Amino acid sequence: MERQLIQLKVNGEERDVVVSPNETLVEVLRDRLELTGTKMGCGEGACGTCTVLLDGKPVRSCLTLAVEVQGQEIVTIEGLAEGAELHPVQEAFMEHGAIQCGFCSPGMILTGKALLDENPHPTEEGVRRAISGVVCRCTGYAKIVEAIMAAADAL
Amino acid sequence: MKWEKYLVPASLDEALKTLAEYEGQARVIAGGTDLVPQLKKKERTVKCLVDVSRLAELKGIHHQDGLMRIGAGVTHQQIAASPLLRQTAAALAEGAAAVGSPQIRYMGTIGGNIVNAQPAADTAIPLLALDAEVEIASKEGVRRQPLEDLYVRPGVSKVDASAEIVVAFRFQTLHGKRGSAFARLAKRRSLSLPILNAAAVAILSKDGALFEDLRLALGPVALTPFRARKAEEALRGQPVDGESVVEALVIASEEAQPRTNPLRGSAEYRREMVKVLLGRALERAVAAAKA
Ligand SMILES: Cc1cc2nc3c(=O)[nH]c(=O)nc-3n(C[C@H](O)[C@H](O)[C@H](O)COP(=O)(O)OP(=O)(O)OC[C@H]3O[C@@H](n4cnc5c(N)ncnc54)[C@H](O)[C@@H]3O)c2cc1C
Ligand code: FES
Ligand code: FES
Repeated sequence: MERQLIQLKVNGEERDVVVSPNETLVEVLRDRLELTGTKMGCGEGACGTCTVLLDGKPVRSCLTLAVEVQGQEIVTIEGLAEGAELHPVQEAFMEHGAIQCGFCSPGMILTGKALLDENPHPTEEGVRRAISGVVCRCTGYAKIVEAIMAAADAL
Repeated sequence: MKWEKYLVPASLDEALKTLAEYEGQARVIAGGTDLVPQLKKKERTVKCLVDVSRLAELKGIHHQDGLMRIGAGVTHQQIAASPLLRQTAAALAEGAAAVGSPQIRYMGTIGGNIVNAQPAADTAIPLLALDAEVEIASKEGVRRQPLEDLYVRPGVSKVDASAEIVVAFRFQTLHGKRGSAFARLAKRRSLSLPILNAAAVAILSKDGALFEDLRLALGPVALTPFRARKAEEALRGQPVDGESVVEALVIASEEAQPRTNPLRGSAEYRREMVKVLLGRALERAVAAAKA
């Protein structure tokens, strides 16, 4: 296996990483860069918990190869807060009880942020559609939708 | 998942040369949403992946002289969001909007959707109704083939992704008294494969009263995406509403061959649903053509 040195731009920082061409982005984020906020669920593109932002768009990091995204801007859940200040979507998730076990939360929050960046005043239906690719086993979604709507108001 | 190299060629030419050097051991990758799971499960093995997702030659949605040309590397998200396609090829925009989830639509491409050759793929059914043609580049040059002739069986197309690259899809845009629509039946609205997909293109007479021509596509009701040609034949020259439409839908449900599938339902149910779904698509296509 030929290892290669690649440059990834993660949460605004340039990182040099040695990877094999088979490694998925979620593996490199978690195991090489120790950014374990990104979760790995199904590994097949279906559950959405591994969602990260690639040039601002939500994508599945379990289906994305690390070598594929060189030079593109990656944002993980660790990159949302500014110092001690949480992102409004994170604040809203806490306030509205939109987190239970928390396994879906990184993917949900990043998906919510991407939606609000693109459309600051989404309808409830728009929010539901946006998060339709992330599965939550705990909350029943209602509080997650409320939280994203509240974050839209706060922003 | 074991391959030795991942290459990102700068041009279509370079991509084709790289594939040739590997003599069948390399394979094209676009969004990877089909290929990466297949490689993970070891359903495929390759020595080298050739990334075509950054090739300028595979990008863009262009319209000229009534002909639409969509690059094979265009994502489902881009198709679903295109005002031009919503207006002149609504069935395709609706089909692309139904793929997977937002995250899958940002990565997955129309080229990958077709080469992966599932008989109900959400862009294949509309493209079949639009009578699309495929541009395929290989060492020998570029060839054009009707989309319909591209399919062999589920999961197998005539495009050899270890030597050839799909560059674009082309079809006549629908203007004047023409319209199209797509209808989908699935268990959920997101992340759910279709139980049945239907697409219709209606080309009406000047007064909007008769079908001058029409094309009806369905999947999965056969080993490849299916054109309901007997139903089309029965409706050509007939009024756009009334008995002839009902009869044609019955014919379509008879010529379709859905199979019983534990995930998709029984053959009987799905045969009934052919009438319902195709009826809905046709009705909306006619309404669009009249508008
Ligand atoms: C969770 C999930 C849900 C999904 N839901 C749906 C759904 O609802 N409906 C649906 O239709 N599909 C669905 N898919 C399948 C998939 O997302 C689509 O088929 C997608 O369009 C594939 O495109 P891609 O760019 O990711 O292809 P890739 O995975 O990169 O490639 C797919 C195949 O095509 C070949 N290929 C790709 N581009 C070219 C080219 N330009 N020239 C030659 N060969 C090429 C590759 O070698 C490979 O064999 C889903 C997938 C996942 C993981
Ligand atoms: S782990 Fe990536 S979608 Fe489930
Ligand atoms: S909070 Fe547990 S899966 Fe969503």
